[in-house]
Amino acid sequence: MSQSDEIRLASRDLGGGRFQTELSVPGARCAGCISKIEKGLAAETGVESARMNLTARRATVIWRGDTAPDLIGALDRVGFQAHLAGAVEDTRDPELGRLVRALAVSGFGAMNIMLLSVSVWSGADAETRQIFHWISAAIAFPCLIYAGRIFYQSAWSALRRGRTNMDVPISIGVTLAFALSLYDTVLNERHAYFDASISLLFFLLIGRTLDHIMRNRARTAISGLARLAPRGATVLHEDGRREHIPVEQIAVGTRLLLATGDRVPVDAVVEDGRSELDCAIATGESAPRPVEPGSPVQAGTLNLMAPLTLRATARADASFLAEILRLMQAAEGGRAAYRRVADRAASLYAPVVHAAALLTFLGWMVVGGDWHRAITVAIAVLIITCPCALGLAVPMVQVTAARRLFEAGIMVKDGAGLERLAQVDTVVFDKTGTLTLGQPRLTNAAEISASAFALAGALAGRSRHPASRAIAAAAPPSSAALSDVIEHPGLGIEARVGKDIYRLGRSEWAVTGAPNARTGASGPVLSRNGRQLAAFALQDALRPGAVEAIEALRASGLPIILLSGDEPEVVEAVARRLGLAEFASRLLPADKVARLEALAAEGRRVLMVGDGLNDAPALSAAHASMAPADAADVGRAAADFVFLHPGLEAVPRAVTVAREARRLVHQNFALSIGYNVLALPIAVIGLVTPLIAALAMSTSSIIVVANALRLKRVDRPEARPVVERRPSPPVPASMAEVAG
Amino acid sequence: MSSLIFLIPLALVLGGCALWAFLWSLRSGQYDDMDGAAHRILLDEDEDED
Repeated sequence: MSQSDEIRLASRDLGGGRFQTELSVPGARCAGCISKIEKGLAAETGVESARMNLTARRATVIWRGDTAPDLIGALDRVGFQAHLAGAVEDTRDPELGRLVRALAVSGFGAMNIMLLSVSVWSGADAETRQIFHWISAAIAFPCLIYAGRIFYQSAWSALRRGRTNMDVPISIGVTLAFALSLYDTVLNERHAYFDASISLLFFLLIGRTLDHIMRNRARTAISGLARLAPRGATVLHEDGRREHIPVEQIAVGTRLLLATGDRVPVDAVVEDGRSELDCAIATGESAPRPVEPGSPVQAGTLNLMAPLTLRATARADASFLAEILRLMQAAEGGRAAYRRVADRAASLYAPVVHAAALLTFLGWMVVGGDWHRAITVAIAVLIITCPCALGLAVPMVQVTAARRLFEAGIMVKDGAGLERLAQVDTVVFDKTGTLTLGQPRLTNAAEISASAFALAGALAGRSRHPASRAIAAAAPPSSAALSDVIEHPGLGIEARVGKDIYRLGRSEWAVTGAPNARTGASGPVLSRNGRQLAAFALQDALRPGAVEAIEALRASGLPIILLSGDEPEVVEAVARRLGLAEFASRLLPADKVARLEALAAEGRRVLMVGDGLNDAPALSAAHASMAPADAADVGRAAADFVFLHPGLEAVPRAVTVAREARRLVHQNFALSIGYNVLALPIAVIGLVTPLIAALAMSTSSIIVVANALRLKRVDRPEARPVVERRPSPPVPASMAEVAG
Repeated sequence: MSSLIFLIPLALVLGGCALWAFLWSLRSGQYDDMDGAAHRILLDEDEDED
């Protein structure tokens, strides 16, 4: 069975015949789930250990042996749907670990030195003061080396390229403060700035760590959802041998077997067999496309009905999927040019700090000629103007906003996405899978007689076709004894009840003498011996909350455009249902990008909401982008936001939070710059003692943090979200990121 | 004054222990699964997980 081979290909070889497999189990959410999953997995032969991580919703399984245990089947038996998780590589983020360790060390140093400083400020006698200064120096030095290197390295790499960033004045400030304090301690002076130097590092590292968390939030959680591209494919050799090989090794001309329910691994033509393919994720078409020998098939489409034999026409790196990836990379230019608010502020602010400190130093040299006094005051200026609060202003708001969004089931990929979302002035939607669920739903259930309906349901239950599933889901239970059930790909399903032959499918096939209707234009019918019993009308169901979401977006002044790859009449029907005036149909992935570029050229900032593979390039071309959690993984990777609940209310909600966050960021900038402007004159005239510096720094940081926490909670929809989550306190959550 | 001679090193050692404990907990993955840890206390059948 190819499932076992897929698991083997996705596993990491631990050596000695042991393998590690990561499974994504999105349905796990309670203690009982943990225990059921771990026991269910451990019961499989060959499994050494199984550990469920509830935060990441992933199970890590270590197994041994030549064939992989049926892990997905084991989870299915205990009632959980699982996918092979993408990342076999280590998901730990070394940079974040480094930041948190530096934060811990500088926090330790800052607290201890501050403790000693308080006793010095409260009037310790000269001897004690001297001992305390020496102890402070002994603590500060290793802290400076360990925690300070993060700033030193960044400052150095900027300087080497002939540029300056905010880390340059920070590095100069803390180093000079430490060096001068050491000099003063040697000379038995009254003041030392060890506390200022290290607590500055501590505050800045808080901001830096939060910022880093924001930059790549939710990466692991998003990549853990369903995989689209198969890792391997079953090859049919000339001598009839079958072999499962990685997709990259498939050469042009290779014959492949495609089981029902599998996705096409590379672009190919059908050699043998008839089936229907679900192309929704690839092209946005909502109706399945029938294929027969000679039909070309695209990588990523899903085989619905019957096994097919394919002949590969392109290698994996030249297939449709790879083409999409290339389009995405080409489209990303516009967004890469976006500069984050914090970076823009820093580039304006850094020269001001340098200049202020330098001028203060020169001024004091001219006035007094005492270099020691001049340096002391210059350092005080550097420290007091240092952007502690400025460094916290943006990340703190963004972390709070991301938390609020997460509680509402929206994942933020990075902080810049939040900033860009706040600037959006136009919203572009994809149709299939975004505005609609991409699954047909029966609309005329009331018009169908109960007996015919029940029989149709029994017939439909034997098929995997989306239309059949929709009928089976709506139909009442039936006790009809079906025999000789045959599925005819592209036509429908046939069965015998007693002497009568029932057919459910296209009308021209099921009903004798029916006009030859255009493919996909009409719904399936049920017939007995060629006479029509019932006709079913199917319609692609709107995503829950679609109408409300469109209303809310329109109310906040955002024009809405619908861009789809589907047939014109289907697109028009959906547009009319939602009252959208602007729409376009039958667009190729490149056409969508072209549309977005045209909008961008008009100076519009577009939010793209889409889910399919064909939307992925558009998602990366747009100013900001959102995708539902059930989107193609390429699309999820390209989007700035991923919403976990099926409802579309997430879109206006995210826009509201992003705008609120932008307002708070601006307030925070005003607060911290105002604070620095107030403190600067005091520093320049030389009145800043270490005590004042420490107080000024902490208060402004606390004010900024408190302001960020004002960000309002997102009001939840009345129905509780599908993914239950307790809000957890912010600190442990950020700690979880350390490991995640 | 004389009490400071041992009180300050003592304070530093205690603080250092806390710092070490935090770094150890980071390294050993104590923060890997905050939600799971909260739920795991409700499981009482440790014995059959060997």
